[in-house]
Amino acid sequence: MKSWDNIARLAYLVNSKKLSAYDLVTESLSEIDKAKEYSAIISTTKKRALERAKQIDDGVKAGKNMGRLAGVPFIAKDNFLTFGSETTAASNMLKGFRAPYQSSAIEKLEAEGAICVAKANLDAFAHGASTENSDFMITKNPHDKTRVPGGSSGGSAASVVLGLAPFSVGTDTGGSIRQPAAFSGCVGLKPTYGLVSRSGVVAMASSTDCIGPLTKTVAEAGLILDIMSGRDALDSTTIDKDSLGYINLDSDLKGKKIGLVSEYFDKSLDKDIKSSIDDLVTKLKSAGAEIVNISLPILPSALAVYYILCPAEVSSNLSRYDGQRFGYSFAEANDLNQSYQESRARGFGKEAKRRIIIGTYVLSSGYYDAYYKKAQLVRTKIVNDFKDAFAKVDFLIGPVAPTQAFKIGEKSNDPLAMYLSDVLTVAPNLAGIPAITIPIDMKNDLPIAVQLMAAQKRDKSLLGAAKKIEDLVS
Amino acid sequence: MAKLTKEDILKLAKLSQLKLSSAEVQEFTTELSSILEYVSHLDKIDVKGLEPTYQVTGLSNVVREDEPIDYPLDKELLMKNLPSVKDNQIKVKRMIG
Repeated sequence: MKSWDNIARLAYLVNSKKLSAYDLVTESLSEIDKAKEYSAIISTTKKRALERAKQIDDGVKAGKNMGRLAGVPFIAKDNFLTFGSETTAASNMLKGFRAPYQSSAIEKLEAEGAICVAKANLDAFAHGASTENSDFMITKNPHDKTRVPGGSSGGSAASVVLGLAPFSVGTDTGGSIRQPAAFSGCVGLKPTYGLVSRSGVVAMASSTDCIGPLTKTVAEAGLILDIMSGRDALDSTTIDKDSLGYINLDSDLKGKKIGLVSEYFDKSLDKDIKSSIDDLVTKLKSAGAEIVNISLPILPSALAVYYILCPAEVSSNLSRYDGQRFGYSFAEANDLNQSYQESRARGFGKEAKRRIIIGTYVLSSGYYDAYYKKAQLVRTKIVNDFKDAFAKVDFLIGPVAPTQAFKIGEKSNDPLAMYLSDVLTVAPNLAGIPAITIPIDMKNDLPIAVQLMAAQKRDKSLLGAAKKIEDLVS
Repeated sequence: MAKLTKEDILKLAKLSQLKLSSAEVQEFTTELSSILEYVSHLDKIDVKGLEPTYQVTGLSNVVREDEPIDYPLDKELLMKNLPSVKDNQIKVKRMIG
C-alpha cells in the first residue's frame, strides 16, 4: 500500500518542478494495477490522464503555476460523468456509455490541476451499502478481503485506503460516503446539501444527493471541498461557499459543546465501537470540550422516512433510462412500449427495480398522502429537532454504523437488513446538515470511526473539530 | 397497513414501464410488503401544524437570465451514445400498432 504525501505538498512539489505530474500519474496507475484483487476500480483513464500530466508539466516548465492540485491524481466514483473512459454507475444500463460532458465537480478539480486517473466501483446507481450490488464486481475491504468495504462509495473508500491515489470523490445520499469511509478507514465528508454542484452526476435521490471527498486526513478533505464547493448555474440547488473557504481550520475545542446523541448509542451498537467512542469522549473533555447528552427522539424514524423518499425520487430519476437516447437498448423490440419495458428489464438490476416499484407505489394516487407526504412531514420534524439541538450544542457526535465492516454475503439477500446499515447516516441527509467520518481506532484488525455533525453551512467549523479529533487519536 | 398482492406489483410494473419476471413479481410481493410494514410506524407520529419539507436549505424559484449559453458538449460523443440513428436523428420503434 502506497502512502502518498499530503495533497497540498504534492501540488507544491509539482509546481516547483521537484516532482513531475507524469510520474505521479504513472505511480497511481501502477498502484491501481497492483491492487486489482480488491476490485475497487472499474476503468482507468490512462491515455487522457497521461496527456493531462504532460500538459501540467509543460505548464510548470513554462513558468506557470498549474493550480492548487497541480498534478495530483484522483479517483472518481463511476457515477461522475468524466472524459477518458466510460461512465457506468456500475450498471449494465450504462455499460459502454461515454459521457459527452464532465460533471461540474470534476471540472473544478481539473481547473486546479488535479488529474482523474480512474473510476471507482459502487453499488449500481449507488443503491446499496456494501458495493456488493455492483453489476460488475464486488469490491473487497482493504483490511480483510472477506469483508465489504461499505457502500455505495466502496470503491472510492478502498482506493484511498489502498493508496491508489491521494484522494477520491464520492456521493452520499443516505450515508454512501461516510459509511464506506468508516468500514474501510479513511476520512469521508458529506457537506451541507447544495454546497457542491451535482451537475453531471448520475442522480439518485435529488433532495438528499451530496458530493464529497474521501481522503487520508481532515485538512485534505477541507482543501478538496474548498475547490469543489460554491454556486453553479447548472445546479439550481447550489449555495454559496463560506467566504473564508475550508482551509486554515480552527481546531480549538475549548468551550465548545458537543452533544452525544443518545439514540445513536442504543443496545444494538457494537460494544467495541462504543468503547472506542467512550475513550474519544474522555480525550475531548481533556481538550476542553464540554460534553452533554442530548436526545433527538425522532431519529429512529429517519430510516423509515428515507426509505419512502429515496425510492420515490429514484423511481422518478431512473425514468430517463428508457433505451432510446443512451444506455442499454433492447434491439429486437417490435414496438416502442416493448422497447421501453425490455430495455429497462434487462438494463436494471434487482435493487433498481425494487426501488422503482416501491417508489411508484408511494407516489401513486391514493397512497401519496399516506406515504410520500407523511414522510415529508416527518422530515420537517427531523429538521426541527436538529435545529433545536444545534441551538444548544456546536456539534453532535455518534457512531457511523452500528457495526464494523460485515462479511461479504452476510446481508445481500435481505434488503431490509441492508437498509438498516444506513440507520445512523440518513438523518443528516434528510436535514441537509454536514457530517464527517473520522477514523479513531482499530479493533479486530478493522477500522472504527466516529461521525461528527454540525448545523447547515457550518462545514468549516465541522472540519476544524474533526481535525482536533484526528489529532487526539493519532 | 396495506399488504401488496401480485396484481398490485404487476400494475406498478406497468406504470413504470418495467417488465418483471414471475420470480421477481413473487419476490417483490413479499419484500415490499415487509418494507411497507417497516415504514408504517410513521403513522403514529404527530405532525399537526407542520409543513412538508421538499427543499431543505430553503431555496425556491431559482432562475437564471433567459439567455442562451454556449455549453461545451461533445456532439460526437452525444450521437455515439444513441442506440439507433437515421439521418442524424434518433430512430425509435413504431408507436402505433
